[in-house]
Amino acid sequence: MSTLSRPTSPDRWFAPLLVFDVIAGLAMVGVMWAGLVYAGDAVNLAGEEQAAQRIFYFHIGSNIAALLGFLGSVVGSIGYLVSRRLVWDRWAAASVEIGTIFGILVLLSGAIWAKPAWNTYWTWDPRLTTATITVLIYIAYMLFRNGFDDAETRARFAAVYAMFAFLSVPLTYYSARLFRSIHPIVFDGGNEEAQGGFAIGPTMGQTLAIAMIGFALLFLALLFHRVRQFDFEARIDAIRERFDE
Amino acid sequence: MAEISEVEGVTHREGGIAAYLRRVWVVAEKDVRAEMRSKEVVGTMAAFSVLAAVVFGLAFDLRVPRSELVVPGILWVIVLFAGVLGLNRSFGSEVDRGTLAGLLLAPVERSAIYLGKAAANLLYFLIVEALLVPALLILFDVNLLKPIVLLGLLLGTIGYVGVGTLFAALTSRNRARETLLPVLLLPVLVPLFISGVGLTSVILDGRATAEAWPWLVIIGLFDALVFAIAFLLVDVIWEKG
Amino acid sequence: MTDRATPLIRCEHVEKRFGHKRVLRDVSFTVAAGEVLSLLGANGSGKTTLLRIISALDRPDRGEVWLGPVPLSSAAAEIRRYVGVVAHAPMLYDRLTGSENLSFYARLYDLEKPQKRIEQLLRTLDLWRWRDDAVRTFSRGMTQRLAIARALLHDPPVVVLDEPDTGLDRESIDLLTELVAHLRSRSRAVVTTTHSIERAQVWGDRVFELRGGHLHQIGCPDRNTL
Repeated sequence: MSTLSRPTSPDRWFAPLLVFDVIAGLAMVGVMWAGLVYAGDAVNLAGEEQAAQRIFYFHIGSNIAALLGFLGSVVGSIGYLVSRRLVWDRWAAASVEIGTIFGILVLLSGAIWAKPAWNTYWTWDPRLTTATITVLIYIAYMLFRNGFDDAETRARFAAVYAMFAFLSVPLTYYSARLFRSIHPIVFDGGNEEAQGGFAIGPTMGQTLAIAMIGFALLFLALLFHRVRQFDFEARIDAIRERFDE
Repeated sequence: MAEISEVEGVTHREGGIAAYLRRVWVVAEKDVRAEMRSKEVVGTMAAFSVLAAVVFGLAFDLRVPRSELVVPGILWVIVLFAGVLGLNRSFGSEVDRGTLAGLLLAPVERSAIYLGKAAANLLYFLIVEALLVPALLILFDVNLLKPIVLLGLLLGTIGYVGVGTLFAALTSRNRARETLLPVLLLPVLVPLFISGVGLTSVILDGRATAEAWPWLVIIGLFDALVFAIAFLLVDVIWEKG
Repeated sequence: MTDRATPLIRCEHVEKRFGHKRVLRDVSFTVAAGEVLSLLGANGSGKTTLLRIISALDRPDRGEVWLGPVPLSSAAAEIRRYVGVVAHAPMLYDRLTGSENLSFYARLYDLEKPQKRIEQLLRTLDLWRWRDDAVRTFSRGMTQRLAIARALLHDPPVVVLDEPDTGLDRESIDLLTELVAHLRSRSRAVVTTTHSIERAQVWGDRVFELRGGHLHQIGCPDRNTL
């Protein structure tokens, strides 16, 4: 992990990264093919709902990538607080940035699917609530980082914030679930979560696995590039420093 | 001049837990004393709270069949937003006047400074809430003076102040501190907010008290985790002035 | 003045960076008990940064600072008891009165029976008459004198004065000069910055200029040539 972030020699990662990019790109082509062509239709759905169901693969795939971003931010922040090496901070920051993009994709793909399936773009389902709040925390994290000039102060304070975010997210989920479960349902009876459900056939299960792997690879490729970018920035700073002498 | 360095009489007392608590008290007392003269924080928060209650009243007048349906949300939204106003000043004023460095120069544990500040903030919040609850009673004819609601409000406020004071310290060094604090604070406070609204609704709807306990557990858990993490990380914030 | 065997402040190869800008490159010096070091330097030359490092408010990126035998990088909060700082900002609460400010800091430093000490300082610095007035009503000179009282409250062996003369009238500056001489005679180690070359010469036993992140001694045996 740390070798990629050593500011002195990021160039030697150029070729391996290029190979990895091609792999991730091919994997995403595979995801497209599997999700749109290979996977069978959901047998219990019809018409618009049946077509919309295919977004599910992209939805779950993005979800995996967003989850990796969340984990990356926690690991990177703890790593920084323990080791005090800026390398870890760069991994945390990059994870959040890439994770946010996928988090927004999760919310958008969910909303697009929910309209035909649930007849509403939005509902305060615990999972939706938690995902949205997590994305908002990520965005706050990025805004927060923006306001610091000193790299170490930025790393320290961002890591502290990430720790509180890490604590808050599961509690958000539990409280949102509790709120829904005992709150009287004022309008629109029935459990929304059950609506639009479908049985998973064998090709759909395989497609799901392909989507998860494909999106994870895409996430990693983007993450590596972002970290490399941060490494270059640090390198430029180091060079600029030498010019000051 | 000679008296300045007369070493006699310049001795200090021993440490220990009593000394620690004394320092927490000293910091809190200083804040409260200054606040009693300026009334800057409590005045702003209280004015905002009552104003917000009036605005909510106007917004929902004739639109909501029973005030009980919206008052739990109104209560917690106002507490949330009024809190941000007060917290901004907590370290903002110390940074503006350079006194934060004075605190950090003293041989005092960082967590004692944090706790002292949090204690002062807690007092401000409770004073404002003591005004807000009767204001809601008058404007919405909803009585929030029920033991469980008040307990939830107290525990929720403790957790809020715990995170808020720490975040105020975090943002006090940031270029965009005043605008940034709510953006950082509100998403992290969501569990507290949901639980507070849930708890208040349970009681106002007249449901079984047992239904209120899970909410209190979540709020209590939030409080415990917040202070645990704050104690672990408060030194990180101020390890360099 | 000649016995410099045990310096109270020892700075070794201190380097400090803000982003990619190196403010301090390689700063080393010692200050013995009873010695006053004057620092000159343009704005942004790193004087304040250096003083913050000595006061344990900031950490150097490289190098080490010792106060007496204690290295700051591994010192406990207790080390702060040995430093008194007068900075640009007076570090006073303007809603509180002069004596309230001092008694707040006295309690923060856990001083025993601070009232006598506070009275001493207020009288010496000619603030006793205004002790019950809020600091916000003080003039610049009075505020600065109170800031000095605050810094010396716990009678620290190491005293750091960051441009203590800014915005002061003649009378207060004379008081400062007297104070510096007094601290020297009481074997305190003093580091002070100022914009006035003249005052740097009057106050300091040695005068340095901080330029380009390095210290340059202005070793001028004849004080009148500068």
